[in-house]
Amino acid sequence: MSIIVGTDTRLCVSGITGREGTFHTLNNRAYGTQVVSGVTPGKGGQDVEGIPVFDTFREAVAESGANTAMIFVPARFAADSILEAEDAGIATIIAITEGIPAHDELLVFNALRLNPNVRLIGPNCPGVLSPGEANVGIIPAQFFKQGNVGVVSRSGTLTYQIGNELAQQGFGNSSIVGIGGDPVPGSSFVDVIALFEADPQTELIVMSGEIGGSAEEEAAKYIAAHVSKPVVGYIAGVSAPPGKTMGHAGAIVSGSSGGALAKIAALEAVGVRVGQTPTKVAHIAMEILGG
Amino acid sequence: MDLLEYQGKQLFERYGVTQLPGRAARDVDSAVAAAEAVGYPCVIKAQVKIGGRGKAGGIKIAENADEARGYATDILGMDIRGFTVHEIWIQLATEIEDELYAAVVFDRAAKKSLVMLSTRGGMDIEAVAAEEPEAIATLHVDPLVGFKPFHGRRLAFEAGVDDDVVVPVAELLAQMYAAFAGEEAMLVEVNPIVITPEREVAALDAKVTLDDNALFRHPENAALTDPSDIDPQEQMAAQRGLTYVKLDGDIGIFGNGAGLVMSTLDVVTQAGGSPANFLDAGGGAKADSIVAACEVILSDPKVRAVLFNVFGGITRCDEVARGLIEAVRILEPQVPFVVRLDGTNDVEARELLANAALPGVHPEATMDGAAARVVQLARGAGA
Repeated sequence: MSIIVGTDTRLCVSGITGREGTFHTLNNRAYGTQVVSGVTPGKGGQDVEGIPVFDTFREAVAESGANTAMIFVPARFAADSILEAEDAGIATIIAITEGIPAHDELLVFNALRLNPNVRLIGPNCPGVLSPGEANVGIIPAQFFKQGNVGVVSRSGTLTYQIGNELAQQGFGNSSIVGIGGDPVPGSSFVDVIALFEADPQTELIVMSGEIGGSAEEEAAKYIAAHVSKPVVGYIAGVSAPPGKTMGHAGAIVSGSSGGALAKIAALEAVGVRVGQTPTKVAHIAMEILGG
Repeated sequence: MDLLEYQGKQLFERYGVTQLPGRAARDVDSAVAAAEAVGYPCVIKAQVKIGGRGKAGGIKIAENADEARGYATDILGMDIRGFTVHEIWIQLATEIEDELYAAVVFDRAAKKSLVMLSTRGGMDIEAVAAEEPEAIATLHVDPLVGFKPFHGRRLAFEAGVDDDVVVPVAELLAQMYAAFAGEEAMLVEVNPIVITPEREVAALDAKVTLDDNALFRHPENAALTDPSDIDPQEQMAAQRGLTYVKLDGDIGIFGNGAGLVMSTLDVVTQAGGSPANFLDAGGGAKADSIVAACEVILSDPKVRAVLFNVFGGITRCDEVARGLIEAVRILEPQVPFVVRLDGTNDVEARELLANAALPGVHPEATMDGAAARVVQLARGAGA
């Protein structure tokens, strides 16, 4: 088993005809993901290497049976595309696009909140990989194999770094979920940790957070109350100065909130072991799983 | 992007916020002209994005043109905690009977906008929140609904503002929210809102933070600059399309992905070093962007050693190695480089570096090992 994407994923890509969109769509298909369609307004009737392109999500859902959307359009069109996917009845929306205005994200989040059947992952995220089943997004799948460690992270390359260290210790993954580095992610640590807790394949959860916001503190509270599986944490940005945005729009220490040390303390207070470096995270995971 | 106070006031003007007459000036003559236009007594305020302006002598009250000239001369060019004053704001002074605090905040945790109002105006609001949280009335606004008149009334009554000013205060809150939503701000704060002896309500201050990602929809805001806040390296990086943040230390950092770069800064700090910058080359960095990145890093005279820490996903390590080799040939750096490359095409990358055999470029196998090495080299260069 896996979470969010798997063998039953039927993917429709918004922005499939763009250069990056085409490249990653074909990568995802080559990995074994069922890519059933794409959407580009005005290009309906065309195809990308045999993948049919539709003008609208409604058409794509009706004609190709898509149940998952990947959003690859530029930032100024992304919120619209996410709302269109939801309107068409897509259940899982994975938004890779970086640079979406925060107020657009706020609107999308509050609109999607009214629909209990839809899940948004991202935006500004690398996507979701369930090794051996499906890859939706830009995660380099070659570094990961099937296994029992679930990973959830706000950062792409840091996920690869930690995942690769785990792989070198012999561990594989149930799923790797990038929730993204923006101020209003569609899914939080809590949402994804709840899925890993319920997933029989996952035996250990690694969460990689960073400065900004309070999602890690909220995760700590949730873990204390609801999670029976061991969780290993990592927090990037201990040395980041306040008031500076560190690459991710959401990675900023504002006044007294969002600092790394408070997040580490909150996690450790509920029994989550936090690695000081990505390497130490892998070592702690190995200790717990007895590798 | 944080706005200067006067830029925030000009933004408020577009939303009809009641403010005292004021003008901005960049030189002494126009400051005096501004003072003559707004009238006396007037307040002359240094425009810098740092607190404690008053204590540093950056805020003065002038009673006449001579005083205005004197204070403007003193304040323009003054250094306030590292920020040089290039602009001043001249505003009519007023008698104050009461002070309020109001803000609209982008509340990430609640995924809504948070509007706050308090009668403890003119004070440090974080201290008020800690000691007397009940003194701040708050409510969340659903972006699908917006800020309605009852929201303003509720806040005004719950905060306990005087009955005779409930209507103008509620109106001011609605205008602040309209500015927050209309300009796509992350923060709009007024501290204080003043109530004059004539029972007029006016915003005396303006603190506005805009969302950089939304500036493409607001060309007027995108053009706002702050001459006291431009770092030469950050400016250079912006021109080259690089994500760069200047820090205080002496170890230049190059990496890919915001999380990994933040982690690299932490690991270097844990090893006893002090990073000079945050630089995220992003996904799929090509040779020319790597040369540009090295140029920016090396233009900081404090840099004594540089660390490349890359995990290749979309980014190919061999491409990074080629870029680095080119950068070293073109820029002839006088400081050592430590390079750790893992991921896509890392074997080819290591071969390329080995064949190039560049003096001063030290490959390392692990992130922790690379951090320790670069700290050692930075110290050596200083000895």
